[in-house]
Amino acid sequence: MRCFSPSLVDRNLAKKKINTMRWYRIQALIIRHLYLFKRSMPRLMDIFFWPILELLLWGFLSLYINKLNIVGFNAVTVLLGAVIFWDLLTQSQRAVSVAFLEDVWERNFLNIFVSPLRLSEFLASTIILALLRIVAVGLLMALIAFFFYHLNLLIFGFSLIPFVLNLLVFGAAVGLFTTALILRYGTSAQVLAFGMLFLVQPFAAVFYPVSVLPQMLQWVAYLLPPTYVFEGMRAVIATGMLPSGLLLGAIVSNIIFFVLLSWYFYRSFAVVKMKGKLLKLD
Amino acid sequence: MAILEVQDLVKEFGPVKAVNGLSFEVQEGTITGLLGPNGAGKTTTIQMILDLITPTSGTINVFGLPIHDNREEVLGKMNFSSPYVSLPGNLRVRENLATFARLYGVKDVWGKIDELADFFNIRKLLGRMTSTLSTGQLTRLNLTKALLNDPKLLLLDEPTASLDPDIADRTRKMLQRIKNERGVTILYTSHNMEEVEEICDTVIFIDQGSFKDQGTPTDLVKKYGHKDLNEVFLTIARGSEFSKEED
Repeated sequence: MRCFSPSLVDRNLAKKKINTMRWYRIQALIIRHLYLFKRSMPRLMDIFFWPILELLLWGFLSLYINKLNIVGFNAVTVLLGAVIFWDLLTQSQRAVSVAFLEDVWERNFLNIFVSPLRLSEFLASTIILALLRIVAVGLLMALIAFFFYHLNLLIFGFSLIPFVLNLLVFGAAVGLFTTALILRYGTSAQVLAFGMLFLVQPFAAVFYPVSVLPQMLQWVAYLLPPTYVFEGMRAVIATGMLPSGLLLGAIVSNIIFFVLLSWYFYRSFAVVKMKGKLLKLD
Repeated sequence: MAILEVQDLVKEFGPVKAVNGLSFEVQEGTITGLLGPNGAGKTTTIQMILDLITPTSGTINVFGLPIHDNREEVLGKMNFSSPYVSLPGNLRVRENLATFARLYGVKDVWGKIDELADFFNIRKLLGRMTSTLSTGQLTRLNLTKALLNDPKLLLLDEPTASLDPDIADRTRKMLQRIKNERGVTILYTSHNMEEVEEICDTVIFIDQGSFKDQGTPTDLVKKYGHKDLNEVFLTIARGSEFSKEED
């Protein structure tokens, strides 16, 4: 059998071992999703319409609760702050899961993965999309909350940055997990892309303090990164300070979740390639 | 000179051996048909060459490099097209092409799209939504996408399936132009033996995941003493069926 020498086709191929992510490939996927957004009403509604509707609903409820004059409880700040941060978390998770599903729905998955695109580049593009969504939705909700309900998110000061980053990372990690489940169990699992975070919501102390939960559920709550964000948010409202323990808790738990769920995603991708299931996703 | 070498390739899905010790080579500058009955292992083999399925054992070298360890380098010089894989219908044709040109790191994205739009005569389609294209237009678009990175090796999975005879004929002529004018090596699966005889320089028959025979269409027809490749196909496909029945 005559052996093909790399030097005969492309001397550079054998020498050039590419080990870094390529920005142009990440950019290609981001631009592709921006193309979709500019003409898709459901996608625009997902970013702009539903969050506003949710904000209005909770805003009016908060105004009503404030009229009940519960001492020491400002419903507008506590509830609307929670609604806005929760929405940022869901935007991050959906950006990652839906970016993957777009290619499944459009039967484009194979075209994407027969290109030199690395899995890490695919993930980086979805996380950047998540960040863009968070910034767009966050700004819009902050403006509406300010003008309609006089809630100024700047009361959170510099704490806003770690809050938002932690929500971005946890949302992306859950998005990866959801995507891994869709990879493994097929498109029948795609409903998880829209509902997975609601499994976390009761335990993450979004609208109430962790102390309300039974002791056993409190342990569960402190395993979850968003719990520290929402507890931190309430601490800043109450005292004007973000306790460093909560910040540290959010960072450490987020790192653990992100590493574990990313590992599960990579592992699932390898298993799916081994079982030949990538072809059956379309 | 072999641009693609497949050696002792095995793929097991549980108890099923989809590919069973397959070995073959594809020579540079040829159109090679990978033929076999349904379930012969053609698609699984193509997907392993594209690193979409991990082989159970065996080696695949493309441009002399093992694909699994050199995925980015190798896939950057290859491309793939199949009527069973779409480009997103919710993007305009030029947006789809630009996305893939960027993914492959094409330097002059719009220049390359213009060049290929002329080659495939799709310039008028560039502003259309992909979902509005006819099957023939989609085939040309898929081939345009597949040439964006000036591949040295092109894998085509039944590129003329579901095309009417006129469009299928135009597509075949286009594939010959791609080979002759752009020097692209093509590995090609099809169930249309007339088409294979018309455009393939060499064909590889596989069945039940194993290599059965290889040669030029003319040589194989002579070797089996048949009047055309269709009969050769039937002999190879039914031969395995008979042996299954005997078992």
